[in-house]
Amino acid sequence: MSDSLSRKLSRRKLIVRGLAATAGVAGLGVAAHIAQKYGLVPPDHGGIYGLGETLTYASQRLLTRHSMAREFSKSQISKRPLANEIEPPGDEFKRLQAGRFADWRLYVDGMVAHPTSFSVDQLQSFPSRTQITMLQCEEGWSYIAEWNGVPLSHVLDLAGALPQARYVFYFSIEPDTWESIDMADALHPQTLLTYGMNGDELPVGHGGPLRLRVPRQVGYKNVKFINHITVTDNLGGYGKGLGSASADAGYAWYAGI
Amino acid sequence: MARMESAQVPLAVRVPSSASAVPPTTAPLRHSALVRVTHWITTLSFLALLVTGAEIVISHPRFYWGETGNVLTPALFQIPIPASRHLVQTGYGYVLPDQNGWSRYLHFQAAWVAVLTGLLYVISMLFTGHLQKDLLPDKSDLSWRSFSTTIASHLRFARPSEAEAWSYNLLQRLSYLFVIIILFPFVIWTGLAMSPAFVSAFPATVNLLGGQQSARTLHFFVSLALLLFLLVHVVMIFVAGFKSRMRAMITGRAGTHLERT
Repeated sequence: MSDSLSRKLSRRKLIVRGLAATAGVAGLGVAAHIAQKYGLVPPDHGGIYGLGETLTYASQRLLTRHSMAREFSKSQISKRPLANEIEPPGDEFKRLQAGRFADWRLYVDGMVAHPTSFSVDQLQSFPSRTQITMLQCEEGWSYIAEWNGVPLSHVLDLAGALPQARYVFYFSIEPDTWESIDMADALHPQTLLTYGMNGDELPVGHGGPLRLRVPRQVGYKNVKFINHITVTDNLGGYGKGLGSASADAGYAWYAGI
Repeated sequence: MARMESAQVPLAVRVPSSASAVPPTTAPLRHSALVRVTHWITTLSFLALLVTGAEIVISHPRFYWGETGNVLTPALFQIPIPASRHLVQTGYGYVLPDQNGWSRYLHFQAAWVAVLTGLLYVISMLFTGHLQKDLLPDKSDLSWRSFSTTIASHLRFARPSEAEAWSYNLLQRLSYLFVIIILFPFVIWTGLAMSPAFVSAFPATVNLLGGQQSARTLHFFVSLALLLFLLVHVVMIFVAGFKSRMRAMITGRAGTHLERT
């Protein structure tokens, strides 16, 4: 191989590689733009685990936007559902519990046409859904129970969630316990503000009087003692801006796996 | 392009771009660049998966069969280690720190890297002939005689013959194929079968395994099988000659040729 030929070849190689690299970068740019546009980028996409987290969230969103969590038969309901440990309740909770939660209010605000609040009684008067689903903890344990509640989408409709809404924050009455989900999960028919469990009212240990059940995500997204919902188009403004107290504590914001 | 220059070196899968840089006197590559790169990426991601998987197990070292299981239900078995949660009775007087946040992040990220690397490896080997040349056993090797010969030499921890510096032996081929075709797909399947969102779209993936807790238990055992493979693999590398085998997997050049110089 003569010198000039090899130089020519390497120049051609260089041009081809340059073009390929440019196309690759442009392709990544386009992919990132499309991913943003279709809501495939989780808030915790930065940092060393951002790549895996984005791949997981994006692929699960593409595969599961409308899929239904598995529902089970009555015979599969766990005889001994595990309530897990809860922090000792605060004074406000104890006061409301003493009044049998008659004064419990669920506040709905943010990007809604009519900021409002509901009592548990009011929530129970809305169309309800009963479903037998699994609750699985990220630690590895699980149980199946029958849950009874009002779909979050119904409450969002009543408050008039605006079309530009992208996420829903939900807060526990207990401090530092808050999460958020995207609209795919917020509007999902199985996402319930639950007030009943296994044919009874929701026990305090399981989050009574009001727990958000997101059966397509693991336990820690299923926050107990919900008293506040905020509709938003971005996840800034709370904690580190990662969308949830769990994410602030080093756990993934999206927990579909 | 003539890949096989002689019968003695059946494995030489050359990297076209480096071919011109290699002087003609140098022996052909033992492992192609693609095999070497995917090998080490898989190694790193597998080690990350092992460590983080163990960390996640520590938060609940109990295993169950069927759909559900928790500390109120009987366990299939419990690993006698301390736990990182108060919930689990372990018999140890202390609770380990919670490591699940970063462990889960890294576990899933490493899983993505391993799966994508594995896909690249599997797809490429269909084109490079790696499958036929290096992994599928020769028909003549699939006899009890060659089987027993290979096993006997392994049991003696015999240093491999020179030919094996160039080619995988029968047991190697079968165990690599088992890992690639059975263990890796099964560990991916059982892993995905634990994801509530994934199984909402593909419920059969968990129903076929007998439930979510069964999937978790199977995931654990397949991981143990992969760990066993890793340990045997590393022991074999020491038996065969650590330096030459490592050099072959890092630089691509086979050991025997260089050891004599």
